[in-house]
This record gives sequence, structure tokens and C-alpha cells, in this order.
Amino acid sequence: MNWLTQAFAVTGVNLRSMRERLGSSAVAIVGIVGVVMVFVGVLSIAEGFRSAMQERGDPDVALIMRSGADSEMTSGMTGEHARIIQDKPGIARDATGPLASPELLVIVGHPLQRSGTDANVPLRGVEAVALRVHSNIKIVEGRMFDRGRNEIVVGRAASRQFSGLTLGSSVTWGENVWHVVGIFEAGGSAAETELWCDAKVLQPAYRRGNTYQSLSVRLASHDSLDTLKGALTTDPRLNVSAMREPEYYARESTTLQTVIRTIGFAIAGLMGLGAIFAAVNTMYNAVASRSRDIATLRALGFGGVPVVISVLAEAAVLSVVGGLIGGLFAWAAFDGYQTSTMNFQTFSQVAFAFAVTPALLFRGLLYAVAMGLLGGLFPAIRAARLPIVTALRQL
Amino acid sequence: MKFFPIVWRNLLRRKVRTIFTLLSVFVAFLLFGLLMTIRVAFSREITIAGAERLVTIDRISLINPLPLAYSNQIQTTEAVADITHLNWFGGIYQEPKNFFPNMAVDAESYLRLYPELQIPDDQKKRWVSDRTGALVGIETAKRFGWKVGDRVPLQGVIYRRADGGPWEFTIDAIYDSTEKAVPKTNFFFHYEYMNETIREQAYGHDMVGWYVIRVKDPSQSEAVAKKIDAMFANSAHETKTSTEKAFVSGFAKQIGDIGRIMIAIASAVLFTILLVSGNTMAQAIRERTNELALLKTLGFADGRILRLVLAESVLLAVLGGFLGLGLAWALVDFIGDPTHGMLPPLDLRNRDVLLGAAIVVFLGVATGLIPAVQASRLRIVDALRKPV
Repeated sequence: MNWLTQAFAVTGVNLRSMRERLGSSAVAIVGIVGVVMVFVGVLSIAEGFRSAMQERGDPDVALIMRSGADSEMTSGMTGEHARIIQDKPGIARDATGPLASPELLVIVGHPLQRSGTDANVPLRGVEAVALRVHSNIKIVEGRMFDRGRNEIVVGRAASRQFSGLTLGSSVTWGENVWHVVGIFEAGGSAAETELWCDAKVLQPAYRRGNTYQSLSVRLASHDSLDTLKGALTTDPRLNVSAMREPEYYARESTTLQTVIRTIGFAIAGLMGLGAIFAAVNTMYNAVASRSRDIATLRALGFGGVPVVISVLAEAAVLSVVGGLIGGLFAWAAFDGYQTSTMNFQTFSQVAFAFAVTPALLFRGLLYAVAMGLLGGLFPAIRAARLPIVTALRQL
Repeated sequence: MKFFPIVWRNLLRRKVRTIFTLLSVFVAFLLFGLLMTIRVAFSREITIAGAERLVTIDRISLINPLPLAYSNQIQTTEAVADITHLNWFGGIYQEPKNFFPNMAVDAESYLRLYPELQIPDDQKKRWVSDRTGALVGIETAKRFGWKVGDRVPLQGVIYRRADGGPWEFTIDAIYDSTEKAVPKTNFFFHYEYMNETIREQAYGHDMVGWYVIRVKDPSQSEAVAKKIDAMFANSAHETKTSTEKAFVSGFAKQIGDIGRIMIAIASAVLFTILLVSGNTMAQAIRERTNELALLKTLGFADGRILRLVLAESVLLAVLGGFLGLGLAWALVDFIGDPTHGMLPPLDLRNRDVLLGAAIVVFLGVATGLIPAVQASRLRIVDALRKPV
């Protein structure tokens, strides 16, 4: 018999006898289930946030802001500048004119559904052209606001997360009463956290004069960003910079993602250590309880390597089972969970759903197997080195 | 104590298992310490005792500024003891990832309102009288290696100089605080400097971000808050006044259930690890039942055997658990906040350390008790006969 056949034989014996060690095997599995669940669960938060922010960006739309502004909140441009920019080359046009949407983004304090306390809700003043520039945004209930009136349309997620923002209701901010006349959707992306109204109504309400914060433009073609950038930098009247939307939203989500990921990896890492220790103990027990069997095999002429492989294989099976159950639990518990949080970088609320993706599950499984193999390694070596005579003599 | 050698030998009989059990208990309580710290940070439960301050912001939105002129109006209100104002400057030091909170304040009144900041007297004097001076928290100063007298440029993002260049500040003073709840990452400079520099611009001058007010009688806080808001009702800038505590906890609620969920899953797993290591510890004693019977044969009383077994499991739990809690405490205290002021100050509270210690002892007793009681009830003959 070569060592490969030996390995298969011993592994088979191991796996079949696992039933007799159900108690300690279950302990190892429980440990790994827990760790994989945390690993996948915490990272699904970061993943959900990332995809909500990323899906918001349209690669054919460029965002133009004042140079050096780190977000729309700190950017600013006059109506005059917005008009100059929209006639630049590289911007798509349709029958009504250039597809350029000047926008004013402010924050209103409005209560959260879940706590009843005020949250920073993003309120965006736009013009009619906005829906043609942001073609991923669709009014699905009610209608678009009318020009010049105190009307708002509300994102699907905003309607869910903040209180009193249902179709047909009205809200009061300061001296102004606003009527909710429509609900819009944007494929579940972060845009659904926003409320939209007429920029011309918002400007005086927030004492902003004729100013905006940013200009979103639909590019004439995917590659015309450079043309536009060139035209912007050569105009001495302007001090602005342009970037594609996905790039902007990726940048706006880095801080929060880093915070979640750091905490998530630290916690899951430490817990993984704990689970490895538990797995080590389990496998030691498994080896100890079978030391006579192993010694017998060795006495019969089985080599050390097949014994090592058999112990590792048992550990791998335990961890795969644990990893699968953990991933399943995480998926059942967290996937699609709707929530919102404050994005530090824009100082406003972002709604998103936790996302347990296949890639994440796969990483969880890999992590589980790594934990199992690490946990099985020392006991496996110990099993292979067991002195045959002493082991056979054991009670 | 003369039986300590027996306890010790028992622990050493399977060194590897003891070490790994020790390690998993250690990791579990290290995690416990860190989780408690994060929990407190997310819920912003840390408060400063006796600091009864009110915060006044614009009623519609936190980002709308309030007129500087409100200062005098509020100051002269009866029941108001003192007032100061702050502006979020949001300046960037070299690059955005070097984030720390930086604010423009009125130095003298700010220091009066926040006596918990500890600053050497000579530094305090220098800062108050230096127009372009800055007061920096010790953590931020350490992070960038700043010393008193250093020049620090901040790129204005919200407030810009007419020439577009960075704002230059001199570090005049560095503050610390014995209060753990005081953020030690802030950077303060003079409102005057900022306001005069942007005077020529269309927006922003003679406006402040928010007011902080001390009332004469803290029990009247709510009434005073209502009175202040009533003063500015129907004006161009209506206000919303709340206690500093409510203001801060409202912020925590905005971060929302993410913190809560992370802590919930982590706690579930912490429990699992404890269960797993507890099981191993109990197992270690169960498999020695016949040895315990042997001790009984030798004349050990049931009570003594119980104590021996408990001593062993508690010793194991305490060694691992206390080391874990100790390391968590050391990490939080010496490394501090990895987000540099994004989260509120981190603190592992004594209360939570005590809770952890109680769980450690419980773990030791619970894992030892069941097998020990089982062993002490056994008839010697049965136990000796029991196969390993």
C-alpha cells in the first residue's frame, strides 16, 4: 500500500468513527459557527454600505464641485458659474438643452422612525433636468414636484427610515410646510435616503441666494470626461474640478467602511483565535481518545503522514460544517436587514441594507477551514509521533 | 493552601490542554473588555459629572449658522450664567486621512465653560493673547509630534482664505484632562482670527456654528432652553436648545443600530467561546473521576475534594480571564482611539471590569462545580471501577 491509499483508509476510519466523539466534535463546530457568523455578519454591514454607495454612482455622470472641496457639503458655486459650466464641451444634450443639473444639498433635522430623535436628513434642491441626468432615479409613486411649490419627493429608504414621510403627508421645517407628492427609487442605492425639492424654493428657504453646491452632468460619451476637464481648467473664471460619480461616492464611503472593517476584522480575528484554541483542544481529545487505534495502525505498518492527513481531514470536515452553518445563520439573520447610519464624511444619514454576498460567504468558509487546519495541525503531529509501545499499553 | 501543589500538578498533567484552555479564556475576556469599550463609545454613555450645559443650534439644521449677535441676547437672559460659541472649521492637515476635529472658539469664554480642560497656566495665557494661536488636545499633539511653538497649517474647506492658501496656526497650548470622557483630540483656535480673515467674503462672517450655555440653576435647564428658543421664535434664525447630554446622545442615535448589532453578534460569540472553553475545563475534571475516588479512599472529606476541584477550575479561569481583562484595559488606556476623534473617547469603565471579573469567577465555579459535585456523590467502589 502506498501512503496515499493509507491516508484514504485512515481518514475513512476517522470520519466514520466521528459519531462516537459527537460531543467534542459538536463543541468545535459550535466555536467555528460562531466565529464565521460574526465574520460574515460584520462584514455584511460594510459590504451593504459599500454597495449602496457604489450603486449610486453612474460612470457616465460627472460631479463638478469647487476645487479642494472634500464633499458636496463643503463645495459651493454660484448660479452664474453653473451656467458657464453647462455650455462646456463633453456634456450630453437633448431637445431641452444640456443635461446638467445644478444641485443644492442641505441637511434638515428630522426624526428617525426607530428612535424618534432628530437625524441629519439630506434634502437636495434640484431642477427638472435632474431626472434626465440621474437616469437611475425613477418616481414610482405619486409625481415629481411642481416648480416653485413647497413640494418634495422622497426616496424609498428615507420614507422607511424617517417618520412621517409617506405619500400625501406634510412636514414642517422652520417656517415652511412641505408636501410629500412622490416616492422615488434608485435600485436600492444610497440615493434613496434623500429628499428632493425644487432648488429655487430651497435657495431662499436656506438663505443661499442664487448659489448651488454642485453640478451633475451626463457625459456626451463615456470618454468625454477628459474633454470636459480640459475645458474647465482652461477657463480662468472657474475654479472647479470634475470626477465621475462612482469615484466620488467611493471616496465618501471610505471612512465609515474603514471603521466598520477595522472593528469587524479585529473582533473576528480575536474570536478566530479563540475558536482555534477550542479546535486544538477538540482535536487533541480526538487523538487522545484514539491513541490506541492509532498505535495499532502504526504497528500494522501505516506511516506517519497518513495519520497526520487523517487528523487534518477530520479537522477540515468539522470546520467546513461549522463554516457552512455559520454562513447560513449569518445569511438568514442579516441579509437584507434595512438600516441607516450617519456617514461622517457627508454628515448626513445614509440608508442601506446588509448584504451577505456569495463572495463573503466564501471568505467565511475559507476562514473556517484555515481555523480548522491550524487547530488540527499540532494534534496531528502529536498523533503521528505517538510512541507505539506506550500507546498500546495505555488503559 | 498546603494542597496547592495538588491543584497545580493537576493543571500541569495535560500542559497543552491547559495552555489552550487558558488562551481561549484569555481571548474571551480580552474581547469582553474591548466590546464593552466599543459599546460605551457607540452609545456615548460617558458623561461628565456635574457638567450641566445647554447647546443651542439652528432649528432647521445643524449646518445652518446662527448670528453672533445672539450671544449678547442670550447672555443677558436671566438664569443664564455664561455662554460661549463654536464653529466647525473642518480644516485638513496635509491630507484628509489625518482627520481630527478642529473648531474656532472664543477662547476666554470657552475655557470658562469647559473647566475640565487642564492646561499649564503659562500656556493658557499665551494662547488667549495670541491671535493665531491654537490649543490642541494631547492625543492629537502626540499623534503628529507637535510641541508648543510649532507652526501648523490647516487647509480650509468650509472657510477659505481669499488667497486660497492654508491657515497658519501656532501651537500655544496643549490640554489634557483627568476626565476620560473629555475628547483629547480637538484643535481649538480663535474665532476672531477666522472671522476677521473672512470678513470681506459674502457669507459666513459674524455667524457661529452653535452656542454652549451654562445655566445658573441646573434644575431649571429645560425651562431656560424653552425660554431661549422662544426669544428667537419667528426670527430668520430660529433656535433649538437642548442639554448637552441630549444633544450628544441624539448624535449616537444617528449612528444607529449598527453599533448595537455588531455588539449583539459579538456577545453571542463571546458566550459560545466561554461555553466551549468551559466544556473543556469540565471535561478535564470529569475524566479524573476515579482519581477523586482514590482521594476519598485516602480519607479526603467530600467538602475538601469539592474545594480542591473548584480551586483548580477557578485558578484556570482567573489566570486567563484577568490577564485578558488586563490586556484590554492596557490597550484602551495606552493605545487610545484608533479613529482619532471620529468616535467619542474610549474608556473601559471600572464597572465593566468588575462585571468581567464576576463572569470570570462564575466561569471557574460553574465549570468546576458540576463534575465536583458528581464526583463527591459517587460511591468509591463505583468510581474506582469506572473505565477512563
